[in-house]
Amino acid sequence: MHPAYSVIFFTTSSGAGYGLLFWLSWAQIMGRVSHTQWPFIFALSAALALITAGLLSSTFHLGHPKRAWRAFSQWRSSWLSREGVAAVLTYVPAGLLWLSGITRIGTEWANHLAALSMVGAAVTVFTTGMIYASLRTIAAWNMRLVPMIYLALAASTGYALWALYLVAFGVLTAGDAGLGLILLGATAAMKWHYLRRIDGAAPLSSLARAFGWQGATITPLDPPHTRPNFVMREMGFQVGRKHAEKLRKIMFLCLFLLPIALIAATGAALLPAWLSIALAVLLIGIGVVVERWLFFAEAKHISQIFYP
Amino acid sequence: MTSLPKTTAKKMGLVIDLDICVGCQACATSCKEWNTGGYSAPLSDHDPYGADPSGAWLNRVHSYEVDNAHFKGTVHFPRSCLHCDNAACVTVCPTGASYKREEDGIVLVNPDTCIGCKLCSWACPYGAREYDHDDGVMKKCTLCVDRIYNDTLAPEDRQPACVRACPTGARAFGDLNDPTSAVSQSVKDRDGFNLLDHFGYEPVNKYLPPRKGTQHAPQITEGCAPAPLDPSAAGGSPMEKLFAWADKALSGR
Repeated sequence: MHPAYSVIFFTTSSGAGYGLLFWLSWAQIMGRVSHTQWPFIFALSAALALITAGLLSSTFHLGHPKRAWRAFSQWRSSWLSREGVAAVLTYVPAGLLWLSGITRIGTEWANHLAALSMVGAAVTVFTTGMIYASLRTIAAWNMRLVPMIYLALAASTGYALWALYLVAFGVLTAGDAGLGLILLGATAAMKWHYLRRIDGAAPLSSLARAFGWQGATITPLDPPHTRPNFVMREMGFQVGRKHAEKLRKIMFLCLFLLPIALIAATGAALLPAWLSIALAVLLIGIGVVVERWLFFAEAKHISQIFYP
Repeated sequence: MTSLPKTTAKKMGLVIDLDICVGCQACATSCKEWNTGGYSAPLSDHDPYGADPSGAWLNRVHSYEVDNAHFKGTVHFPRSCLHCDNAACVTVCPTGASYKREEDGIVLVNPDTCIGCKLCSWACPYGAREYDHDDGVMKKCTLCVDRIYNDTLAPEDRQPACVRACPTGARAFGDLNDPTSAVSQSVKDRDGFNLLDHFGYEPVNKYLPPRKGTQHAPQITEGCAPAPLDPSAAGGSPMEKLFAWADKALSGR
């Protein structure tokens, strides 16, 4: 599948934003922070900015961005529509929490708003994953593991930003670092399992099976068009596959192994916490973009059986 | 509404005979000509006469060499929307622009509400939907909905442009929900099949397989045999024999 940059930016940016919103709301409920403090308001603003930048960028690849509002109508059948609805609904508690923090009005509702924000963030990221997981035409996406990985990556990237917040105010504890290690390790395990599954998967179909002529040898004689068409360009992306092995290694290094090593180095007092967290955030940012690019570039669409 | 109708009163569709299609591209060309001025207008092209031409076409004809237990030869395979009963392209649409008509089962895109997100093209296993980069909306076969019910056309023209254009009669149009229709009969008689049947999208359009080839090579009967081409094998005059000898000698090294 063609990896559209707008969609890669959208899913990684809004994923990290929803992740940060989730952890900020969690900290608010746990009483670790107060939503009326300026650092919290700043961090919540950053989360909402990441979410909004992502959502806006997702409209860039549309043929008619001005009609995007219509996408809220078909939530009964379409995961894309459900994502749109969930994203807009999540703005309500998150926006009210932000407003309450600034105005100090309705502060007694802050924990309720935070809880709703947590649910909204999780549901929105889940619906994003389901857009891909619901497509039976793409074997590498059509599995339960896909929305789980979207959730795990949003939680991990958001947590990296939350850890940056904690270290910036000098309140990062060993427990916080430990939870970060668990999150990264669990996400790495899921991603490892995912790659093994897509590598071992049988092709969805073949030309002989499409025609119902089992055992037939079918070779292309004449193509229907002399140059690639929309279907070949959108669904038959091949450029990256030859680099896939290398990019997978880069992804595992940047997204999981190096950040885990950095956090462990801080634990062993080899590096100051602020430096290791800052480096880890940078590496995780690179790693998640590579991960999302591979998620598209490595996915094969069934329609390509008709082309040589 | 992008939820699918439970049933459709009719199942209008095409039956394409892979036995007699000659791959002439008349259906594809005729489709393009009608639709670039009809419901799907504009059906835009980019660099159509240049080095890298591309454009939105609703019908594409592939040619394959097939080597099967009962058939060996060339199969020309026209590929367009199959108007599936279980059309995932419709249910994934976030705006309701994609829909399947309850009255005749035709799957259409409303070009006024399509946002051009392209998700429907991802959901289609047949690669039947093509995005129009100029129009910013998805295009697909309409089964010539603007021809088949069009009272301003002569009755013989009220069928899809591809069917009207096919010089070999390889394409037929009709109601596949009516077991007595000519299309349903031909599917029954010729073991018509679903493309990608195992995928379960229940396409309305059907394909008829190539007929079984003859078991024996045709025998050339005495008297009809063409003259042998090898001069050395010819009887002929002494002069012809001399030339044949010279030809053979010179052909050596």
